[in-house]
Amino acid sequence: MDNIAGTRARLVWAVNISVVALVLLWTIPTFGLLVSSFRDREQIVTSGWWKAVFSSEQNIIARSTPPDTQFTDGDLHVIEGNIFEDGSGEVIAFGTSSRAPSGYAPGEVGEMSRDREMTVSATGDYRITSPEPFSGRRGVRIFATIVEPPRFSLENYERVLFSEGLGQSFINTFAVTIPATIIPILVAAFAAYALAWMEFPGRAILIAIVVGLLVVPLQLALIPLLKLHNSLGIGKDYLGIWLAHTGFGLPLAIYLLRNYIAGLPREIIESARVDGATDFDIFRRIILPLSFPALASFAIFQFLWVWNDLLVATVFLGASDEQLVMTGRLRELLGSRGGDWEILAASAFISIVVPLIVFFSMQKFLVRGLLAGSVKGG
Amino acid sequence: MQQVLMALVTIVVGVSGCVLYFYFSNLILDAIFPGRGPNAGRNINRASAIRPWLFLGPAILLLGVYLVYPVFNSIWLSFRDATGDNFVGLSNYVWLFGDDKFIESMRNNMLWLLVVPAASTLFGLIAAALTDRIPWGNFAKSLVFMPMAISFIGAAVIWKFIYDYRGEGAQEIGVLNALMETFSLPAQPWITLLFWNNFFLMVVLIWIQTGFAMVILSAALRGIPEETIEAAILDGASPFQIFYKIKVPQIWGTIAVVWTTITILVLKVFDIVLAMTNGQWGSQVLANLMFDWMFRGNDAGRASTVALVIMVLVTPIMIWNIRNARKEMR
Repeated sequence: MDNIAGTRARLVWAVNISVVALVLLWTIPTFGLLVSSFRDREQIVTSGWWKAVFSSEQNIIARSTPPDTQFTDGDLHVIEGNIFEDGSGEVIAFGTSSRAPSGYAPGEVGEMSRDREMTVSATGDYRITSPEPFSGRRGVRIFATIVEPPRFSLENYERVLFSEGLGQSFINTFAVTIPATIIPILVAAFAAYALAWMEFPGRAILIAIVVGLLVVPLQLALIPLLKLHNSLGIGKDYLGIWLAHTGFGLPLAIYLLRNYIAGLPREIIESARVDGATDFDIFRRIILPLSFPALASFAIFQFLWVWNDLLVATVFLGASDEQLVMTGRLRELLGSRGGDWEILAASAFISIVVPLIVFFSMQKFLVRGLLAGSVKGG
Repeated sequence: MQQVLMALVTIVVGVSGCVLYFYFSNLILDAIFPGRGPNAGRNINRASAIRPWLFLGPAILLLGVYLVYPVFNSIWLSFRDATGDNFVGLSNYVWLFGDDKFIESMRNNMLWLLVVPAASTLFGLIAAALTDRIPWGNFAKSLVFMPMAISFIGAAVIWKFIYDYRGEGAQEIGVLNALMETFSLPAQPWITLLFWNNFFLMVVLIWIQTGFAMVILSAALRGIPEETIEAAILDGASPFQIFYKIKVPQIWGTIAVVWTTITILVLKVFDIVLAMTNGQWGSQVLANLMFDWMFRGNDAGRASTVALVIMVLVTPIMIWNIRNARKEMR
């Protein structure tokens, strides 16, 4: 179509640039947190994450090794060492006092009081000399302007997984999600087949009810169901949350599957009936295999929804280590460690990595399901 | 690990339970009304009158218990006190309409309803129109669509980091405040700014929902008959005219569906507000207010009343959906 219009090159450029801007705008928030999750606390609070990939210039105050490491060289007392703990980085200026913290270039000799002299090389090696022996317990202060190379580590992930309880929550989330995804599919598939291909009075009303239930706010269901679960003794238990998610997921499941199954070719089903197949056989041999794409779409929806759910999990599960799911843990961390971005960033990423994998690997089914669920009825 | 084992056992028990139920209930039905012998005709008719209900049974039971019963139970609870033990008449409703937090929540929900569906649909439409015109459109689409996979609470963490405010003199590490400083403007504590903070929370939901709108609208745009566009081109319409005068009017139906779907989501939005402000600084919404009364207030009556307000707000869309679905089935 665009060729017929004789699209102007300028317009193509404008479109490309707009899309680049859009994509950047939509990915930068996530990317920023991802970068931050690999930086340590110190780095996060001293510089924005966008500076993380560049070498950062910092003014630091280092201390030489303590006076008891001094040795004598001729008639001078000397302390030597390197200001970088891990040996990486570059000194671009140094100073001997807070009044001129970058008064000397690397390699120059800085004058200090009491005839002491200090020199710092570009690699961070320092040498401080004094005619008198150094005394006291602490080392000499060295002011330096340094350039540090970008530094990333997996430490945050290690920490949140093993000491902040996120590892356990990860397992809990799986334990909630898998049954809550699989069980509704089967229940819904049978119902969808009945609503699509069986004749009985009240069918149209049932379909209308399912469409209506699609939008019932969960908020309404929480208190009555919690009371009900409590009276059954499954108030704060995995069984309770599996049932709850199954119930809440059913309208969408039935709706999606019914739309799909009703669209299967009539001839196949009629000819099977003529051949004497029962409804159960038709369902098992024909409907189930043919509606795999719709089953997959719903499974992905339900998986993402259950995995990402906070409300149902908060209501139907407790806050103990054995029951807290990842969204709940994340909420708890937001409250208790609100400013600790290294913890929050790593935790958030652990909680979204599985949905992202599912999303990118099964996007086709997800899109198909969305279209079936929205473009048709509504 | 124990939970995972339990989960696996549940899957096996649940799935095989379902299969056994469907299999044996069908078998029993056929045994009671055998399709052969003297009464074969009558039996087949009877069996096929009952069979749909066997197929539907578990689903109807679950839907009834988990979605229909709560609606009526909530109405009942809204006339009762905090524990649900005593009848209190209309006092929950009287309290509700005099409560400052409720009025604030209603106002904020109306703002959300005005802004979020409109902005998501608009951005989604623009994104769909643009990405359909370029070779790497599908790649761009999946990146814009990606936030759909992120939980609301995860998104709240992501955006809280963008809005981060360190205070005067400190190094700003939030992107927004860093931008402000680049333009020599003062950094702002975005999520505590009265009134405006609502819009910063809305941005999070718009960010998530634009992808949804884009995917559906893009499919609708592709479904437009080419003849109409060809005719417009021959008549000398510019690309913008084609978009606004030819394409958009043909997908109004889909736009309405996207709009209403997001509207329903907005009414139920809760995690974002809970995680970012917990309703402080004038940012309360109905769903979080309900949660507050349920957990912190421990008042089943008031919480149910708030939940019913959400239900009432959803009802027009529910009716509209049902009417559409019925129209389509005819």
